[in-house]
Amino acid sequence: MPKAEAVQLKRAWTTSDPLVSVRGLKTWFPVASGVLQRTTAHVHAVDGVDLDIKKGETLGLVGESGCGKSTLGRTIIRLLDPTAGTIQFKGEDITHQHGAALRAHRRDMAMIFQDPYASLDPRQTVGDIVGEPLDIHHLASGPARRARIRDLLDVVGLNPGFVDRYPHEFSGGQRQRIGIARALAVDPTFIVCDEPISALDVSIQAQIINLLEKLQSKFDLTYLFIAHDLSVVKHISNRVAVMYLGKIMEIAPGQQLYRRPRHPYTGSLLSAIPIPDPLIERARERMILQGDVASPVNPPSGCRFRTRCPRAQPHCAEEEPPLEGFGAEHLAACFYPLD
Amino acid sequence: MAAPLLELHDLKTQFFTPEGVVKAVDGVSLELHAGETLGIVGESGSGKSVTALSVMRLQRPGKIVGGEVRFKGRDLTKLSEVEMREIRGQEIAMIFQDPMTSLNPVFRTGWQVGEPVRLHQGWDKTRALGVAVSMLNKVGIPAPEKRARDYPHQFSGGMRQRAMIAMGLTTTPKVLIADEPTTALDVTIQAQILDLLRQVNREFGTATILITHNLGVVAGMCERVMVMYAGRIVESGPTVDVFAHPKHPYTWSLLRSIPRLDEERHEPLKPIEGLPPDLINLPSGCAFHPRCSFKMERCSRDVPALTRVGDTQFAACWVTQSGVELKGA
Repeated sequence: MPKAEAVQLKRAWTTSDPLVSVRGLKTWFPVASGVLQRTTAHVHAVDGVDLDIKKGETLGLVGESGCGKSTLGRTIIRLLDPTAGTIQFKGEDITHQHGAALRAHRRDMAMIFQDPYASLDPRQTVGDIVGEPLDIHHLASGPARRARIRDLLDVVGLNPGFVDRYPHEFSGGQRQRIGIARALAVDPTFIVCDEPISALDVSIQAQIINLLEKLQSKFDLTYLFIAHDLSVVKHISNRVAVMYLGKIMEIAPGQQLYRRPRHPYTGSLLSAIPIPDPLIERARERMILQGDVASPVNPPSGCRFRTRCPRAQPHCAEEEPPLEGFGAEHLAACFYPLD
Repeated sequence: MAAPLLELHDLKTQFFTPEGVVKAVDGVSLELHAGETLGIVGESGSGKSVTALSVMRLQRPGKIVGGEVRFKGRDLTKLSEVEMREIRGQEIAMIFQDPMTSLNPVFRTGWQVGEPVRLHQGWDKTRALGVAVSMLNKVGIPAPEKRARDYPHQFSGGMRQRAMIAMGLTTTPKVLIADEPTTALDVTIQAQILDLLRQVNREFGTATILITHNLGVVAGMCERVMVMYAGRIVESGPTVDVFAHPKHPYTWSLLRSIPRLDEERHEPLKPIEGLPPDLINLPSGCAFHPRCSFKMERCSRDVPALTRVGDTQFAACWVTQSGVELKGA
């Protein structure tokens, strides 16, 4: 195709298009073994994911440890290089971007990390931590920089007078607020929240969830919210995607996913989550899964969940079920879905 | 009711640090009856784990500075280390949060699971291995003869926790203390382990103390629950009553602050404001008062004792003890 024609065909991105659009995404990690440390196999952390994230929504991403949810989040914002597939951000293909082009997009993306104890440099002051993205992207300097840092601290509910303090002087919840202020510094459109509350005390989690929701409406943010706690994900998300061994098994609006899960994995995940009400909890019927998650180095043939699936048939080993529609916005990858 | 199996009376355990004295457990009393499952909930630093470790006399570097731990008529805090070794692992067993670090990586799993009966009951290797294999089978480890020869790193997290439970049960202890046994595990594996603990309780009649920060786990597992905050029990009672009508503002606010899977509408959560207390400089009076939306003048002055409030519950709160009901928007 001549170049001019290709440009003409490409329609400009509008806010009604997906903000992030991922197709066939794979991120594999090499496994080295033997004396020569040759690559002998790959961990299929993300193994063929199609996903759209709409502007302004919170897409929840749940799954058990090792399912590839963090790797997917990191690959989308290009902290990891994809092995195959494409990532579009605001309609532009950023899969193979480098240098200045990628840096320009990075101003639009940010990440909030799980462990507020490990993700802040203990030798930097709060002001330096929050101000670093401003320096990298040349967004502010001098008095403007200082004012911006104070604003950011204020917006996340920290005393602006704390700029010269060090991370060790803060509690876990306050440190997570510092991490959030840093993520907001570049004034991003899209934030990957990677288990942002898992390391916090129960009584602090609600404070941070409410803060994230407040910031979303205030700054018109789009979140990819990664967590293993389905109750939290359902609370904060518009839509929820369930991941298992590198693949999306089901995706649907949160309430619908909870009321009527179609994939047996989602069903068992939901039934495994305890509800803090003794009367409800004792009356619940459980679908307890047997065994452990299979190895992502050698995922099972066909449907990857079949080794633990109570509904698996011989057919499930032969063919991989596609992600298919079960009504509006509800997709599941299963040959023998739940009713 | 029969005499309790295990009884703690005004237990106090403290840590002496350069910054000051940490009153990790500050006057905890509880009773555990044969065959029951008692839940202890609290956040990090509430003293729930140190309480359990003090029962096992594993609280070092902390020191038990007061109170009693009565088991079968004896005060465990007064026993010599040699006498304590007869109790620990034999009469009272404990399983820990992190199954990754609580097994020794250089010994085969079957050898470690059989250790309590070799040590306590003087069984020989073959017989101990036999009981280890049958226990591994009971806790749901497939091909137990083969897996007993494997090293811990060859086990997954859930399987290691099963092995830890098997080890705890080889001596058929009277009391099992499970300290956050599922916190490090994925939810589907958590469901398996909780199911196993229920089964153990039914089959062996082992009285269990389940320590957790997860209110959902308590709701499904425990007949009675105790809520700890800053080293003290702030509320206790039958789980059903405590969850339906909490009598301490901390329990009340905690239950309202967590998102529930079965919530129908999206409403902003109602968080507990403020920070967990600094254990070296505890607030005066009730340690929860700076974060409490019901506080009265007296709360910052006097420490409330755990007192009966209502028919079945106990609460350490001046507000509910004065007859005020906990309500809010």
